[in-house]
Amino acid sequence: MGDKVPVAGLLGGFVASFRRDLLIAARHKAELTNPLVFFLIAVTLIPLGVSPEKSVLTLLAPGIVWVMALLATLLSLDGLFRSDYDDGSLEQMLISPQSLYFTVMAKVLVHWLVSGLPVTLLAPVLGLMLSLPVEGYLPLLVSLALGTASMSLIGAVGAALTVSLRKGGLLLSLIVMPLYIPVLIFGASAVQTAVQGGAIGMQLAVLGAFLALAIVLAPIAALGALRISTNG
Amino acid sequence: MTDSETEVACPLLELRNLGCERDERLLFSGLDVQLFAGDVVQIGGPNGAGKTTLLRAIAGISTDFHGQILYAGQPLPAAAWEFAGDSLYLGHLPGIKKALTPAENLEWYKAQNGAAISINDALAAVGLYGYEDTPCYQLSAGQLRRVALARLHLSRARIWILDEPFTAIDKLGVSQLEALIARQCAQGGLVMLTSHQDLTLPQLRMVNLQDYQPVRNGTKNGLGSLIDGDAYHG
Repeated sequence: MGDKVPVAGLLGGFVASFRRDLLIAARHKAELTNPLVFFLIAVTLIPLGVSPEKSVLTLLAPGIVWVMALLATLLSLDGLFRSDYDDGSLEQMLISPQSLYFTVMAKVLVHWLVSGLPVTLLAPVLGLMLSLPVEGYLPLLVSLALGTASMSLIGAVGAALTVSLRKGGLLLSLIVMPLYIPVLIFGASAVQTAVQGGAIGMQLAVLGAFLALAIVLAPIAALGALRISTNG
Repeated sequence: MTDSETEVACPLLELRNLGCERDERLLFSGLDVQLFAGDVVQIGGPNGAGKTTLLRAIAGISTDFHGQILYAGQPLPAAAWEFAGDSLYLGHLPGIKKALTPAENLEWYKAQNGAAISINDALAAVGLYGYEDTPCYQLSAGQLRRVALARLHLSRARIWILDEPFTAIDKLGVSQLEALIARQCAQGGLVMLTSHQDLTLPQLRMVNLQDYQPVRNGTKNGLGSLIDGDAYHG
């Protein structure tokens, strides 16, 4: 059983890290639900704090769901490389004969699967709560799926830069937030436009472009940042 | 000079004029050491002398040094990929995920680095037979250390870089580890380690970072208590 030939090639590190991180995530279920619970609570409180009026909520719904999804992602970012840094796995990752690009990619993918994807899937339910018109559901799903994936990737750069700082949470938010703004603008705009009956091809195309760019560049920036973080 | 001596003339690992600074404090400088297959090198020096910094620089984790590190005659940034496949680093932090079992931890290592023996055999070799599926957070500090040490059994790497490998393991474990290090050298490996313990390995060489005095004429490479250093230079 133990004599299986190790996965060769570039994807060896990817597959190994992907499986390992998914396994760890499955064993830490409490941590997984944190961003989701935050998302749920925050969106639930808005009608109570602002106004339960249907017309007001309909107007606010796309923006609120998007902003809260962004904050939920931000909340979960700090742990992306933290435990690997603390227990020495990060050092082992850096010096293993595998492409670090794919290892980082695997970690980000798992992060998205356990934070961005659940938030995306929960969003239509919360849209219902905020009386989002029916035309908005599908654009909300698609824009959030593209947007949270970009945000996980961009966030990985910030998480990698701040991983060696004891209290890097605030700094991480400051680094990452400006980069999230374009994603938020186009994401919320897609839902808003769809609700008003407009075409949203442009917004989704831009979100897709962000994601494509982030897939190519963010892991490279993140692995450079990880090398800097472990240098000290 | 005989032929066999010219064959080993290319050291497996060579440090040329290596120096490290930390917070504008010079830890060591001008380190010239040649390490050959079959060597065990103990890096000595008091706390804060730069032992860990040196090992991290050699392992490729830290690039915060000046000078050159050569692997099989090639400078390291260029030969980093080959070096990564041929080296094993065990630091202060064991690199073990506490949420996972020992077998799952080693599975991750094996998938990235390959393995010479099966994971169960490696765990049995460090005395963790029967603990394969126990979550690591239930293991003691010494057992956690042993999970990390199981990599030594698993790995095919020739160069071992061990930072305080004897921490937290019992007396029997220490003697087993010493035997393992001796075996690695007998098989043509190279072991660099830091330890405050007195080791009983016959082939042990010391590099003391504290009193390190670079000797530039090339007849001796400045090792603190180099027993057979001259033989290497023929």
